[in-house]
Amino acid sequence: MSTSSNVIKQTAAEMAAALADGTTTSVELTQAHLDRIAAVDGAVHAYLHVDAEGALAQAAASDARRSDGKPAGDLDGVPIAVKDVLATQGLPTTCGSKILEGWIPPYDATVVAKLKAAGLPILGKTNMDEFAMGSSTEHSAYGPTHNPWDLDRIPGGSGGGSAAAVAAFSAPFALGTDTGGSIRQPGAVTGTVGVKPTYGGVSRYGLVALANSLDQVGPVTRTVLDSALLHELIGGHDPRDSTSVDAPVPGLVAAATQGAQGDLSGLKVGVIKELGGEGYQAGVQQRFQESVDHLVAMGAEVVEVSCPSFVHALAAYYLILPAEASSNLAKFDAMRYGLRVLPEGVDSPSAEDVMRASRDAGFGDEVKRRIILGTYALSSGYYDAYYGQAQKVRTLISRDFEAAFGRADVLLSPTAPTTAFKLGEKLDDPIAMYLNDLATIPANLAGVPGISLPSGLADEDGLPAGVQMLAPALADDRLYRVGAALEVALTEKWGGPLLDRAPSLTGDAS
Amino acid sequence: MPEITRDEVAHLADLARIDLDAAELDHLAPQLSVILESVASISEVASDDVPPTSHPLPLTNVFREDVAQPCLTAEQALAMAPEVDQQRFSVPRILGDEQ
Repeated sequence: MSTSSNVIKQTAAEMAAALADGTTTSVELTQAHLDRIAAVDGAVHAYLHVDAEGALAQAAASDARRSDGKPAGDLDGVPIAVKDVLATQGLPTTCGSKILEGWIPPYDATVVAKLKAAGLPILGKTNMDEFAMGSSTEHSAYGPTHNPWDLDRIPGGSGGGSAAAVAAFSAPFALGTDTGGSIRQPGAVTGTVGVKPTYGGVSRYGLVALANSLDQVGPVTRTVLDSALLHELIGGHDPRDSTSVDAPVPGLVAAATQGAQGDLSGLKVGVIKELGGEGYQAGVQQRFQESVDHLVAMGAEVVEVSCPSFVHALAAYYLILPAEASSNLAKFDAMRYGLRVLPEGVDSPSAEDVMRASRDAGFGDEVKRRIILGTYALSSGYYDAYYGQAQKVRTLISRDFEAAFGRADVLLSPTAPTTAFKLGEKLDDPIAMYLNDLATIPANLAGVPGISLPSGLADEDGLPAGVQMLAPALADDRLYRVGAALEVALTEKWGGPLLDRAPSLTGDAS
Repeated sequence: MPEITRDEVAHLADLARIDLDAAELDHLAPQLSVILESVASISEVASDDVPPTSHPLPLTNVFREDVAQPCLTAEQALAMAPEVDQQRFSVPRILGDEQ
């Protein structure tokens, strides 16, 4: 293994330390990742756009700051990838859709501005299901991302690009977004770590909204500590996002460091009865049970909690999300930005004719399905039966969480019911696809934070499985404490990070 | 639970301003029926006394100081427009002959 491939296998925290003590430079780190992308991304397709020139320029500026003794922060110079749903000034932002092909935003999302201010070179934009609608990245208009563990399988979605980039060592870490599991489920199936912060914990200014009452930006990383570092960087109140919480971000890095000591005595862990058993793959369940056993060995007390309304979460989600999405995507009207297509065989078409033709040409199947479903759910006559009821179920789910958090500090479940499935297997079966988000959706409906971390490889297929932890709103620090503790125990058991067991990709030999 | 017909899907697509051709309608209509069936159970779940939740945070009326902030220039705002005319967005005709 060459030096450059050793460099990219470090964690973001290790890279930051190497930059601080002068054993590497940001240009070296950034170039190593660009080389890696050039070697493996043809097969993985994690990136929709790579900004080699921009990233190297940012890296050189970072190195100049360091040599002046004025780094912009601990992560100054550590490169990062950004999901293509976040606006990046001067870099294409497509949301995986043809309707935004070639769109270059005139402004940065707040989280992107924070990355830039902290000196992190942006390697590029990562692939995703169109407008974040999907669980496999197969709904990207630019072709699917492949799972680095098995290139014939899905990397999860919608943020499969960010997760695959991080799993393939094509980025140390990345930004993702999670509306129903789009950070956590890709984390589970690629053997990486992903966090959905408390709703409102991270600014969404400049995030192209899928469903405003559910969306949240969060970290995609290889370790719990790296997530904590990134989460602390992007978190906090933003006056430009009126839904962001005006409260300090709890000490996440401190919580991860404390958790890594491995003492969980006094902690109460609740295993959610409804998120397991039937429909969950045997190997996923086995690894989950082992994770629970590790927590017990570290002193945690485990109780079973019941959240009876969770069985209705999927139905509520697939009414609320399409309803909000159909309204959000109305802005793609072919007038001010995005694709404009003139209808065939129409003389002097009207603005409406152009709108219809453009939206037909620019949106993919899944987006059309959800817009139509949302339009239906919001129609008069159906509103009370569908959307109104879904909002009530949302209340019931929040009440279930409240009761459960009365009995436990954190809640536990497998992140996704199965390991990565084959590309194409569920593409035209929306219900089968939607079931992937069964365990992740309740957190979005209630606004509570969640983390997914690798629990091991399922016996039957040797593919990664994930364990999910959930905490009460604004108690994101608990996820880092418990997550770091479990990560240490599992890494010790495995004899190294789980990703060490992933097969080599083209370019590993170089 | 009413099943969603092909005609209804065509009507909804019209409301959503999406031109669906016949092949797309054939493909999407049955899928939408299946999705609706799978979410139908929801209408039975919550009783009348359960209040709806529209948003996970109990936020109302977020105010900020009324001060001028830097914003996009006209050039930046127009840079990605499909068509521009005299520093404005140029759009197809909005009214028909009969209007």
